[in-house]
Amino acid sequence: MKMKSLILGLSALALAPAAGAETIVFTGATVWTGGSNGVIENGTVIITDDQITAVGAGIPVPSGATVVDADGKWLTPGIIAPFSRVGIVEVGAEDATDDTSASRSRFSVALDASRAFNPSASTIDVTRIEGVTRVVVAPSASSSIFAGQGFVADTSGDLAGSITKDGAFQYMELGESGANRAGGSREAAWRFVDGALLDARTFPARYMTHELGDSLNRADADAFRPVVRGDMPLVIRANRASDLLEIVRFQYENPTVDVVIVGATEGWLVADHLAEVGIPVIIDPFDNLPASFEQLAATMKNAERLIAAGVPTAFAHLGDDGHQARLVLQVAGNAVANGVSHDDAIAAITSVPAEIFGLDDLGTLAVGKTADIVVWDGDPLEVMSSVEAIYIAGEAQSLESRQTRLRDRYLSLDTSEHPLAYSERD
Amino acid sequence: MKNMKTLLLSAGAAVMLAACGSGGPSASSDGERVSIDPNPFPSTYEPYPSEPTIIQNATVFDGLGGVIEGGDVLMVDGEISAVGEDLEVPEGAVVIDGEGRWVTPGIIDVHSHLGVYPSPSVSSHQDGNEVSAPVTAEVWVEHSLWPQDPGFTRALAGGVTSLQLLPGSANLFGGRGVTIKNVPARTAQGMKFPDAPYSLKMACGENPKRVYGYGGGGFPGGAPFSRMGNVAGYRTAWAQAVEYKRAWEKYEEEGGTPPARNLELDTLKGVLDGDIRVNMHCYRADEMAQIIDMSKEFGYQVTTFHHAVESYKIADMLAEEGICSAMWADWWGFKMEAYDGIRENIPMVHNAGACTIVHSDSEVGIQRLNQEAAKALADGRRVGIEISEAEAWTWLSANPAKSLGIFDQTGSLEPGKNADVVMWDADPFSVYAQAELVYVDGALMFDAASPEDNPVMDFELGQPGEGDVK
Repeated sequence: MKMKSLILGLSALALAPAAGAETIVFTGATVWTGGSNGVIENGTVIITDDQITAVGAGIPVPSGATVVDADGKWLTPGIIAPFSRVGIVEVGAEDATDDTSASRSRFSVALDASRAFNPSASTIDVTRIEGVTRVVVAPSASSSIFAGQGFVADTSGDLAGSITKDGAFQYMELGESGANRAGGSREAAWRFVDGALLDARTFPARYMTHELGDSLNRADADAFRPVVRGDMPLVIRANRASDLLEIVRFQYENPTVDVVIVGATEGWLVADHLAEVGIPVIIDPFDNLPASFEQLAATMKNAERLIAAGVPTAFAHLGDDGHQARLVLQVAGNAVANGVSHDDAIAAITSVPAEIFGLDDLGTLAVGKTADIVVWDGDPLEVMSSVEAIYIAGEAQSLESRQTRLRDRYLSLDTSEHPLAYSERD
Repeated sequence: MKNMKTLLLSAGAAVMLAACGSGGPSASSDGERVSIDPNPFPSTYEPYPSEPTIIQNATVFDGLGGVIEGGDVLMVDGEISAVGEDLEVPEGAVVIDGEGRWVTPGIIDVHSHLGVYPSPSVSSHQDGNEVSAPVTAEVWVEHSLWPQDPGFTRALAGGVTSLQLLPGSANLFGGRGVTIKNVPARTAQGMKFPDAPYSLKMACGENPKRVYGYGGGGFPGGAPFSRMGNVAGYRTAWAQAVEYKRAWEKYEEEGGTPPARNLELDTLKGVLDGDIRVNMHCYRADEMAQIIDMSKEFGYQVTTFHHAVESYKIADMLAEEGICSAMWADWWGFKMEAYDGIRENIPMVHNAGACTIVHSDSEVGIQRLNQEAAKALADGRRVGIEISEAEAWTWLSANPAKSLGIFDQTGSLEPGKNADVVMWDADPFSVYAQAELVYVDGALMFDAASPEDNPVMDFELGQPGEGDVK
């Protein structure tokens, strides 16, 4: 933060990098800043090491800097997939590769998904090369309505340093899913929540003499305390309007809890209530089918109406969220086709998720922010646009994945000289 | 299908008897031989009334790979009447300004479970897999079809005018598929595409051996436990079908006692006779190659491999064999046989000269198949596979129609064909494009500008969200 105020107090020119520092200047781009600068045409962004040091138009290029000519390109902050299972499941149908849930564990709230994160998972590269630099990763609920703690990671693949934020939130499911896990009804799920709150608030006193609380065991109750204090957001899956209103009521009754809703298919019906109490939502703009009895009011207009009501709204692709989190860009584009402004749609996959999960240094292009930057060959939300360069915390990233390697191997099917398994010999 | 129709028309007595519910082989009118009614659940679909309509001055993809800038499309009596520039406007025709719009043939999805795994996805609605045995060629997916699935209306809003419904992929032989018009009806028969050939759904790989085999807990259990067990299962059934076909042919030539009717083998015989098209769920390239050899062993043609995530590895072989691949743009990784999915599969198959189809297998994906094609097109171009948008549209209409055996009726904007037409408000390869007008047989079935005129299925009537933007 000290550095930030320093930078703000100086002109761009004065930011001559210290010896050894690397400065990269992007010029000529349409820059989506996500901040007060809006969209800058023919803009310049300068990064020094892992930080953004200048954003604007007509900024001189510092000497010694590496220049990336982004003329005609788009620049955005790294895309944030606001709800996913990237890096904790390799092959969906192969249980041995799937750490998303633990149906035979005696723990729930205390489960910390970050400890299962594999930066080398093939999904990491596949997700990154579509412009997603950070993934919010949630465990899946199994035997309890509480799934455990989710985390935020970057998509660099760096084995030792990919976790951006562990214990970023607690994830739970209500509605039909929660009812099923809590014993068979929505009331049972809420009763379980009430018990968990009490367990956490009276921790550790009640566990002096008992291993179990009203709802949670010792470890889970301990892990629930930061949620009750408001130090860790509580992300709740729910869709039906009446369930969402119950969550609003819960929020009023427990004002310290930092509630976020994921799903919210019928959110538009109660958008004013959500806005009033300040609950953000993470929705999949593709959700327009009455897929269940709790999604009867599904509509392509959900996103537009929630945003119009002032509900902080992030977009996720909730279908195959282990492998297809990259489709956040396509869902955002479809939201625009259904009434959301282009600006709000990009915010829904950058700055809004950053705010929801307290990622203060991410999600916008502004001085002092972490240099997660994507260079696009066109409008980032267009399905035919593609990524030309990706930087995570200032470091240029590979645009290869296992998929691009397979593609390159099979572009020619000529096996007259050797099997394709030897294709790297060429 | 001509044959089937002729047979029916010339065997009125047989139809009568079948309608009386005997269900078995029926005496034909000549009294000497019995025959089997190939079409006991006939289509009752009739095109809805339409006015002569001309869309003027649009960008027209003719569906055959051509594009007309500033083109007109004229629909009369449910058919494409003319496509070209500056067409004469018939008196009284509805004139639609297509300036800044795109006009394409309606999208045809060859792989859908709408109506058989409908919304809402409650337990009562799980009608897509008859898992009672690995070979259930005797089931017909149309008998599971709930025409009130709200998903049909969402697909319509996405420009889908025809689709093939298939049983799921639990079984080696899942049963017959059916091709339908995407027009709401009270009955399954009311949606059936008139005279479309039947199809047979088969499945390779993981699913049959997972569902049977160790059965995830024992039910149903039994073979197949392995991929080699899968192939043995197919071959056993085909061998029986060969015998069945031979028995019928012998009977038809020599008379005597007719063979005992076998619904399962009726379907397989239909394949061997060339009347029923094989649509096979198959992910891995090596498995597709095995299936191709097996089809030659028993003398049938695989029409289309579905999902086909590894078609890019044997695209040359598929081109040689004349087999279509129906593919997603980018699904992968959800199971081992989908692990090698790549984003360039579709353009690489196209580039090898093999029949290329974009399919959905999804009530969500079916709503924007144009975007799936767009992604694939862009991915191909980035590795130097240059395909035009108009050419890529063959993945969405013409090739699916060919695969289903209905290309003589729909799938392109050619005079005389069904007027299954979509007008888009922007280039349909853009994420921002929406279907503005959707015509089926010339009748306006979806109009984005007047939501109150769009279909609401019974299930959604009186529910929250009825008639909303979907």
